[in-house]
Amino acid sequence: MATRSITVTINGEAKTADVEDRLLLVHLIRDNCALTGTHIGCDTTHCGACTVLLDGTAVKSCTVFAVQANGREVTTIEGMEGEALHPLQEGFVEEHGLQCGFCTPGMIMSSKHLLDKNPNPSEDEIRWGISGNLCRCTGYQNIVKAVQYASNKLQETATEGGE
Amino acid sequence: MSKCKTSAEVGGMGHSVKRKEDARFIRGEGTYVDDIVRPGMVFMDIVRSPYAHAKIKSINAEKALALPGVAAVITGETLKEYNLHMMPTLMSDTQMVLPIDKVCYQAQEVAAVIATDRYSAADGVELVEVEYEPLPVVVDPHKATDPDAPIIRDDKEGQTSNHIWHWEEGDKEGTEEVFQNSDVVIKEKIYIPRIHVASIETCGCVSEFDKANGKLTVWMTTQAPHAIRTVLALVAGHVGLQEDKIRVISPDIGGGFGGKVPVYPGYVIAIAASVVTGLPIKWIEDRRENLQADSFARDYHMDCEIAADKDGTLKGLRIKTLADNGYADAAANPSKYPAGMFSICTGSYDFKKAFVEVDGVYTNKPPGGVAYRCSFRVTEAVHAIERMVDLVADEIMMDAAELRMKNFIPKEAFPYKSPTGWEYDSGDYHTALQLAMDNVGYDELLKEQKEKREKGELMGIGICSFTEVVGAGPSKDFDILGIKMFDSSEIRIHPTGKAMARFGTKSQGQGHETTYAQIIAEELGIPYTDISVEEGDTDTAPYGLGTYASRSTPTAGAAAAMACRKIKAKAQKIAAHLLEAAEEDLEWEVGKFSVKGVPEKSVTIQEIAFAAYTNHPQGLEAGLEATHYYDPPNLTFPFGSYIAVVDIDSETGEVKIRRFMAVDDCGNIINPMIVEGQIHGGLTQGLAPALFEEISYDDEGNIHGGSFMEYLVPTAVETPHWETDKTTTPSPHHPLGAKGVGESPTVGAPPAIVNAVVDALSHLGVKHIDIPMTPEKVWRAIHK
Repeated sequence: MATRSITVTINGEAKTADVEDRLLLVHLIRDNCALTGTHIGCDTTHCGACTVLLDGTAVKSCTVFAVQANGREVTTIEGMEGEALHPLQEGFVEEHGLQCGFCTPGMIMSSKHLLDKNPNPSEDEIRWGISGNLCRCTGYQNIVKAVQYASNKLQETATEGGE
Repeated sequence: MSKCKTSAEVGGMGHSVKRKEDARFIRGEGTYVDDIVRPGMVFMDIVRSPYAHAKIKSINAEKALALPGVAAVITGETLKEYNLHMMPTLMSDTQMVLPIDKVCYQAQEVAAVIATDRYSAADGVELVEVEYEPLPVVVDPHKATDPDAPIIRDDKEGQTSNHIWHWEEGDKEGTEEVFQNSDVVIKEKIYIPRIHVASIETCGCVSEFDKANGKLTVWMTTQAPHAIRTVLALVAGHVGLQEDKIRVISPDIGGGFGGKVPVYPGYVIAIAASVVTGLPIKWIEDRRENLQADSFARDYHMDCEIAADKDGTLKGLRIKTLADNGYADAAANPSKYPAGMFSICTGSYDFKKAFVEVDGVYTNKPPGGVAYRCSFRVTEAVHAIERMVDLVADEIMMDAAELRMKNFIPKEAFPYKSPTGWEYDSGDYHTALQLAMDNVGYDELLKEQKEKREKGELMGIGICSFTEVVGAGPSKDFDILGIKMFDSSEIRIHPTGKAMARFGTKSQGQGHETTYAQIIAEELGIPYTDISVEEGDTDTAPYGLGTYASRSTPTAGAAAAMACRKIKAKAQKIAAHLLEAAEEDLEWEVGKFSVKGVPEKSVTIQEIAFAAYTNHPQGLEAGLEATHYYDPPNLTFPFGSYIAVVDIDSETGEVKIRRFMAVDDCGNIINPMIVEGQIHGGLTQGLAPALFEEISYDDEGNIHGGSFMEYLVPTAVETPHWETDKTTTPSPHHPLGAKGVGESPTVGAPPAIVNAVVDALSHLGVKHIDIPMTPEKVWRAIHK
């Protein structure tokens, strides 16, 4: 099958690959780039385990072709930790927002998208914000608290930075 | 926290320490099966049947084999050469791995394609040509034993109908007599539909066969790696795979809930293919395969009858159940219990007599009967009794809480022998229900409901006071394929005082790496952060039956405590040697031995550990380690009282859960944060079948849906804010006084929600609604 060369910046690093048109972004991330933190739970856009940021917007990478990401920037769970854990990562630990951990990377990426758009969401807005991500373990309550934890921490940091 | 024996640094029982496993999961560094890559690995995909029952006339793989990248196509005939086309189920039934001449359910595995990558394997699947001749199907289990029903399992010698087994418990005649002598007898048909665990990670494996050493390594989504190894050795011993040459590794598991206990054909095909081809093979199901072909749960058709006196005294219970087992009995119940622990159905109430019988039948549906976060059919039992109790309350116009309080087994009656033979270890049902009622403001809710009803608004309050039975189990009664249901712990204390502990169980999100470390911290005073916990590798971990049915804490958790006590006994000898004192003159407090009356003369467990390798007393073995295989004397009986408050939109039939109060009692708690998390998750998996989830079939045996488009796993939006509380009634026989907890909320939540919905509609004459209570079903009940 015909292939084409694409370059995708994943977590700040440019990756070039020859891919079939039909290759899904999630397989480019997992198989070609060996970044296995992005998981596959349904391949039909329902579960959100494969959520990544594409140019800052949360997408389900099982429903995006790798070629559609050509020339664009992808952020995965592996790109969340800087000098320290991202407040969302910290929040998921502190508030017990994960159990088996399989949905967690996708949850964190969807939550990042939510907080980027809406730094101080209500509980209802958080629940809608993560409603494209299924979790079978936690009952979502502690995930909501984890997002609230991160929201508070990010706002505190922003205020301190502004002073 | 004041009740904790250990400091926060040590982090023993009762501390809500953060989970050790989270560090890798929040970074995306967990290792799930699909993350495993082996050199030269190829991929397997599966051809599945579009028919529920059909003869296979031919399989033509020519076109698939001509496709670049396709290495092999495996059929039943290929496996038959090695006598691997059939396999035993965990219930001593048999099941096809790949068919030779007919298929018995839709989405059944028909052939497998091995190719260099996922995409080529999927392309190959499309090109395999299978010619079928459809056969008449059996979909309705009530018609499965009709004389003209086609025999599904004509492969089994002596199988002349679709009936599999009959099982009964209790006193048939005595129960009949009680029914004859009661004021009130109520009957209801209750159906608990087929549902699916739908863990977010599907099932799969990577199988690698090292020809030089004859060793098979299988990374596999399994909750019970040791049992699987033994099953593989039994199934494939004749082709040279003996147990010492099989290594099953259960890596990080993305949720199990019972669905990862059975052996699925896909695993066996991948393993056989890797042995035959010598290539490492990866097989990962997609979601539709997972929902359509993997083991289902429930599917119990229950005819329930309850007898009571007019004053509300419950007297007799009788349940006749038809269990739809699909094509094979592939449940994972203990051998003696084909219907699991269904006979716990007298619940929290002091019945005089009960009689329960279950008949299992074959139908043209996927095999199974595994749990869905439920200890062997307890969910069905609790649903039946908690609905029937409400029906009595409705009939005699007594408050549902009052009726329960009147009939609860009193606290003083424990240990309590139930009319179906269980010995409940401990309980305090009145206190739990009273706490739930106080927390939720029960009397005010009743008042509010009355006012709302006058205005035509639909509001309901539902109670469920369940009794669970978990921790299988005592070896005298509990085994799977003959293997007794003990579990194990092996603990080594290193010279520097740090520890390594290995277990026969396998976490799928329950947090064992943290809670087992806390048990050891509690017993030995070594900080939980200094204790590494490992599970899931059959080459290194001690043998155990795995994690399901809320059994880890009751069995392996107890084994850890017992192993620690062996270590402590040896540590005392070493301490006596170091302190130059007699053993009996020493006393233990967290983390150290000291001489009685001379507290400054003491040695810490870390100093003792060092001495065990550097200065051990003559005549005593060096080292400090112990292994314990714990055979529980009884099961544990967690319980709780849940109250659901619902509002129903009479125009749409939509049920909104306004409040849900869950009071749980799981005995002594290891980590309150983790227990609360388990309860949140379990409640959500109780909400799911109550309102949303069902796997159903049309008359031809075609699954309705079979993807997440139709199988509605609740999102954060449908899930309410759960309120939780607890009482503490320790298990008298568990070394830590602990009980299991993971499944209590899944067992207790559905009847609370049904009781609330029926309560909201009771003035309209509604007596019962089967789950899932979809808006359409509720609307029809309102507008009947």
